[in-house]
Amino acid sequence: MINYLKKNTHKIAILLIAWFAFYKYLTQITNFIIDDVFKLEEGKHLTETLRFFIYEVPKVFLLLILIIFLVGILRSYFSPEKTRKALQGKSLFTGNIMASLLGTVTPFCSCSAIPLFLGFVEAGIPIGITFSFLIAAPMINEVAVVLLIGLFGWKVTLIYFFTGLFVAIFSGWLIGVLKLEKYVADWVFKAKSKNQESEQNKIEFKDRIQLGITGVKEIVGKIWIYIIIGIAVGAGAHGYVPEDFLSTLMSKANWYSVPLAIVVGIPLYSNAAGIIPIISVLIEKGVSLGTALAFMMSVIGLSLPEIIILKKVLKMQLIAIFVGVVALGIVIVGFVLNYIVFT
Amino acid sequence: MEIKVLGSGCAKCKTLEKVTREAVAELSLDATVEKVEDIQKIIEYGVMITPALVIDGQVVLKGKVPKMKEMKEILTK
Repeated sequence: MINYLKKNTHKIAILLIAWFAFYKYLTQITNFIIDDVFKLEEGKHLTETLRFFIYEVPKVFLLLILIIFLVGILRSYFSPEKTRKALQGKSLFTGNIMASLLGTVTPFCSCSAIPLFLGFVEAGIPIGITFSFLIAAPMINEVAVVLLIGLFGWKVTLIYFFTGLFVAIFSGWLIGVLKLEKYVADWVFKAKSKNQESEQNKIEFKDRIQLGITGVKEIVGKIWIYIIIGIAVGAGAHGYVPEDFLSTLMSKANWYSVPLAIVVGIPLYSNAAGIIPIISVLIEKGVSLGTALAFMMSVIGLSLPEIIILKKVLKMQLIAIFVGVVALGIVIVGFVLNYIVFT
Repeated sequence: MEIKVLGSGCAKCKTLEKVTREAVAELSLDATVEKVEDIQKIIEYGVMITPALVIDGQVVLKGKVPKMKEMKEILTK
């Protein structure tokens, strides 16, 4: 790694300086385009909508490229196999904490939820700990982090990260305490793999860089359209929808706003890229942070497609408990943020 | 040579199957390519992340889709 960095110092330096310069002067560039090139009248709805859009789109993409690249390198040090090994023989609670943390960095796609679940069960990892992993993995990811940083700043991002971890740890722990193994489909415990542990070949640091670049291409290629649409909707609302439009319905004065947001959020399915610009509109128009984050967590953490996938390995009772427990965790987060942290 | 592409319906799984078939055709290898979608069979290979590529019973690749050049190297090794 050191060698690689030494050899490529100038390249890395140039790229980083270009990145920071662009990021730093984005406000000035945007204002120049809006005020001097197009000579739009300041303060008008259309002007401010355009200013918001022209500023936010490159900002979010700059953040996406840098952070997905770095996370791609980080992820290359993890694999489901290593995570499984780390979790073997861990007690409840400690295991839940580790599983949730590992869930945020282990390469994972929800289409692999079943093989991963089976692999964990086979290794004797309790289902409660497995669930902590499966809840944290989709909920806390680099795309969510980038968009939260870009649209809300560091503070909200950290709050989301830690409350998301809380939901994963709490839900998995509760499922573990309730001893629900009997509600796992019977065939799951019979499934046996012949050749476990196919050793990963050693990879060099330059391959990890390559993995980071591939990650950026893959993820940005998949979500760019949602981001542009999301920010366009956000920009439109920013300029045109009156402030406090939603505040009567969804403010923290209404105790039911959090459960309502979750009930609406569960059947909705979107990735972080699609939902976060919408969340930013909600917050701007008067929805409290706890309610908005609860909504976001229920949309990306609990989804119908995932539930349908899990139906292959879980009996209905366990799916119902799983959804209920995660929803409960999110309700707690919503209430704590609404009534305790931001009173 | 017996090649199996392990993976349920996800997009990457389909891409891997396509790349595999193309590489086999371009190299004109004497090989059979089979898509395995049955989850219980996939598990038998000890794979926790799909898609995966199995050559003659050996898991050679998992969780990613290689570029054509890389795929050819894997197949000719």
